[in-house]
Amino acid sequence: MLAPWLLLFAVFTMWPLAMAGKLAGSQTFGPGASTGVGFANFRDLAEDPLFLLACKNTVLYTLGSVFIQLPLALGLALLLNRPDIRARAWFRLIIFSPALVGAAFSSMMFAVILEKRTGLMNLLLNRLVGLDVNFPWLERHILPALIIASLWQWTGFNMVYFLAALQNVRQDLLEAARLDGAGPIRRFWLVIMPAIRPVAGFVVLLSIIGSMQLFELPYIMLSSSGGPENRGLTIVMYLFQMGFESGNLGYASAIGWVLAVVLIGLAVVQRKVSGDSEAGA
Amino acid sequence: MNQRTSQLVSRLLMHGILIVMAIAFLLPFAWLVATSFKTNEDVGGSVLLPMGDGLFGVAWDRLNLDGYRKLFNESPIVSGLLASTFLASVTAVSATLLSSMAGYALAKLNFKGRSLATNLVLGAVIIPGPLLLAPGFVILHQMGLLDSYWGLVLPAAAPAFGVFLFRQAAMSSVPDTLIEAARIDGCGEFRIFLTVALPLLRPMVGAFMLITFLGVWTNYIGPQVVLQSPGKFPLAVVVAQLRGTYYQEYAMMMAGTLVSVLPVLVLFLLLQREFISGLTSGAVKG
Repeated sequence: MLAPWLLLFAVFTMWPLAMAGKLAGSQTFGPGASTGVGFANFRDLAEDPLFLLACKNTVLYTLGSVFIQLPLALGLALLLNRPDIRARAWFRLIIFSPALVGAAFSSMMFAVILEKRTGLMNLLLNRLVGLDVNFPWLERHILPALIIASLWQWTGFNMVYFLAALQNVRQDLLEAARLDGAGPIRRFWLVIMPAIRPVAGFVVLLSIIGSMQLFELPYIMLSSSGGPENRGLTIVMYLFQMGFESGNLGYASAIGWVLAVVLIGLAVVQRKVSGDSEAGA
Repeated sequence: MNQRTSQLVSRLLMHGILIVMAIAFLLPFAWLVATSFKTNEDVGGSVLLPMGDGLFGVAWDRLNLDGYRKLFNESPIVSGLLASTFLASVTAVSATLLSSMAGYALAKLNFKGRSLATNLVLGAVIIPGPLLLAPGFVILHQMGLLDSYWGLVLPAAAPAFGVFLFRQAAMSSVPDTLIEAARIDGCGEFRIFLTVALPLLRPMVGAFMLITFLGVWTNYIGPQVVLQSPGKFPLAVVVAQLRGTYYQEYAMMMAGTLVSVLPVLVLFLLLQREFISGLTSGAVKG
């Protein structure tokens, strides 16, 4: 019963994983030709200005996404969890729906929305706050543009997780805290936060992992490139360019390993932190 | 201000915030639809619809289908639709079948190497996809699967995450006594899975199928790496390429995007209950 899955898993996950190890130590020219170079790829990476720029862009984008998107998602979830709000299902559906669009297609939308002169964003901001219609989102302000586009796409997705987590909050505890005179902010930190912490930790981790692998949004919005001065170059985009445009699959694998080690490290830390907090409680 | 009025004000305020947020989230969709019917000159001239003397002050006669005409005549959008439908359905069905079988086996059957296989699954869940991109490409090259749909479907048919989800679901919703009873009645192991376990796993089957379908439908990097002939490209690649070739054709680009997004949007709105419960089950149970 396990066999069909195991066979495909071995061929298309374990074998590539082993080969990723071998490739990372080679210099390749397309899928056929390679020579062993030991750890040279990793040494080159540490001094590769484009890779360091890609890391910087990706980390800044991730921080921006996590610190803007998740509080907004939690705030919306708290609002939509209140029984005195009307049409909650509709609000939830509308805010969640961009998650169904998919990065390749939302990139197309935002490529046009963020155009100078003709894009929705500049037309709207021009009418509302008098922003210059030639504001160059895709030429100069690429990171904010990426953060805005993914804010639209993923806030509702995270909100759904928070809404599910809020069902774990005990109403009797909330009521007791209210009777004891705790205001909304104290109730949030002392009753709601502890109850949603396990899911919140998971959402933060998921969102960091997703953000660190950003690729389609900048790649399509910036017409298959890192944009002017590579302001929109991300780690996975650099991996893609190295492996599939320059044909150096070895270097691409080395980038993959750096990314994997960081992400797995974060997952382990998160597990430890949430495990400890459970043990303490 | 007494307590009732202050409660009323805060309720109004909360609804106001939500309405503004809902409009902000809907605007890009409205823009997408409107732009796909507009001429280039009108795209920059009005926020949504061009103003004129028609009904509601909108110049309806300035909207047209040119973007759609160009899309269907000049781009491989039809073959893209067919390719995406084929890839997404075949992958969704096979990944769900294989993952549910494997997850059930890990949760309920005793065999040698079970704990090793379980650890393998748990470890594989956290491998980030981009790491396997370059080596996966080399392996598909060696197996002669590049530029074929097999090269996309086979790797996606064995997801570790799916096995993880079905293992959790089987542990919590398939009782051992039911399996024992079926065995005593002389039922074969595979028939037990099909007739006893699978019906109990139905909610997860629906949710996982939908999630996989959506993931394949919107996957861009996979087909970009594996496929080479333009005739085989799925929607994500076809539509993204419009941006290169038809850089200034806003209506055509937005028509292509709308045609790609609409089918899944409709599908998921119809099945949203199942989808959302499946989405969160990993977090709540995990």
